[in-house]
Amino acid sequence: MKAKEIVIISGKGGTGKTTITTSFVWWLSRKGERFIIADADVDAADMHILLEPDIKKEENFTGKSVAEIDEAQCTSCDICRQLCRFDAIDVIDDLIYKVNPMKCDGCTLCQIACPVNAIEMIPQTVGKWFISETEFGPMVHAKLFPGAENSGNLVTMVKHQAHLLAERDDIPYIVVDGPPGIGCPVTSSISGANFVVIVGEPSFSAIHDMERAAQTAAHFRVPHGIVINKAGLNPTNEKSIEEFARKQGIPFLGKVPFTRCVIDALVEKKIAASACRDVQESLEGVFKKILEVVNES
Amino acid sequence: MKITVASGKGGTGKTTFSVLFARAIAPALYVDADVEEPNGGIFLKPTIEKVEDFTEPVPKIIPEKCTYCGECARACPYKALVIIPPPAKKDLFFPELCHSCGVCAYVCPEKGALIEVPRKKGVVRIGRAGNLDFMEGILNIGEPTAVPLITDLKKRVKNYKGDVIIDAPPGTSCPVVQAVEDADYVILVAEPTPFGVHDLSLVVEMVEELKVPYGIVINKAQEGNTLVEEFANSRGIEILFRLPFSEDIARMYSRGELPFERFEEGLRKLHARIKEIAG
Repeated sequence: MKAKEIVIISGKGGTGKTTITTSFVWWLSRKGERFIIADADVDAADMHILLEPDIKKEENFTGKSVAEIDEAQCTSCDICRQLCRFDAIDVIDDLIYKVNPMKCDGCTLCQIACPVNAIEMIPQTVGKWFISETEFGPMVHAKLFPGAENSGNLVTMVKHQAHLLAERDDIPYIVVDGPPGIGCPVTSSISGANFVVIVGEPSFSAIHDMERAAQTAAHFRVPHGIVINKAGLNPTNEKSIEEFARKQGIPFLGKVPFTRCVIDALVEKKIAASACRDVQESLEGVFKKILEVVNES
Repeated sequence: MKITVASGKGGTGKTTFSVLFARAIAPALYVDADVEEPNGGIFLKPTIEKVEDFTEPVPKIIPEKCTYCGECARACPYKALVIIPPPAKKDLFFPELCHSCGVCAYVCPEKGALIEVPRKKGVVRIGRAGNLDFMEGILNIGEPTAVPLITDLKKRVKNYKGDVIIDAPPGTSCPVVQAVEDADYVILVAEPTPFGVHDLSLVVEMVEELKVPYGIVINKAQEGNTLVEEFANSRGIEILFRLPFSEDIARMYSRGELPFERFEEGLRKLHARIKEIAG
């Protein structure tokens, strides 16, 4: 049977995706469940700080191809620069044409249009992905090189590797720590998921972002639920999150209190659920609900 | 002068710092370039004077002229077009895969068989909050990439006379590069946790590569916690400012409010200091 995939996202960064994900992993492990951990926040992967993976396999990730101009053949005709929609062709001293690899989208238009065939598309290594062991089980994670693009494709690769591992060893769950935002890396991480957990916090900005994250999940027709982290900060806002969930027909999974203990746990690189009793108790209910929903799907 | 505020990790306080700073040094222009999740407006509560569509060209097949040869679909590097040859003669376009690069229109051998039409991918909202000019981009749900909208925002502010504060998206990938490159100065906001420092080190790598002068602001700074300082000292990076950890601020923040007056003087001094470094 295909492993059930649970993805944790938030819209806004810093609401506690990784706190909830690592706590979930810790809880599943205590229950004796088998699962694969995947860190899909390849831009700013953080789970390894808490889970201290022991890397077993490391592979380069080849992303898009980027145009390269052969100076010897280039006649400085300027056609490529005029056509490029990504503003990726730099001209030095009106003569030397160079592609800025950070801006090049790899669309090949310049290559097609170059009258002297001076442009070639060169595949770029934009990051690495890893398969590791942690005390809670196998983990797939990745590192996108700073400034690189195609993090969506790297996310897809991380999830793909997690599914291969799960299939090979007949593992029933994949737990994915997602990236912030609502763009390509997020849609890549929620696509094909069995359930998406959206972590909100009771602040105006996080609510705004959580709503956009929920709209994104709905847009791609992925089942999703909402959990409130840092509860206690603003009861009025908490009510409005619950109200939002109710109106949209989104399952409300529960609340996690905002305590000093969580901050201290983070600083000491401890998993919140293992370090803070009240967090553990409130998350227990959330996690049970997640498994219920996932196992019905 | 153009100052970009970035962070690597999300939720470290980019927007908190950006709006406090922009308000303190106003008259200036605040630009929310976190177009996937723009939040600055929540705190600045601007009066919006103009809302403009952000569009990009996408292909449209004109059935009467198209021979369904399939050149466009074969050339599309993003697989956004599918052409079914005669006798079926059908075309399928997946707008969410399209990068608006123009390859399809360029390779089409039949004049006028494939034209490019604008497609709305978001909006730009322009307004004022007191003596602060305000601009934000909002990307439509389902759109894959924030980069073109950020590029559009940058073009709009290019000729602004005065200081521009750009509130960047989180992370270290393309959209952030877009928001950071060609800034005169970059402020990196970090929080003193192992995560905060880890992601700070990633964004430092990116800014170093772009060769833009930068410094660090510590948000949620706590007495006795020197995690960020240790990192900054080891790399010789200047700590510019500290916003203290405070439950009061967290509560105000949750209501969409911030203590603007409290840091005004310090932030104006910081502004002068940045002018000195990068001006």
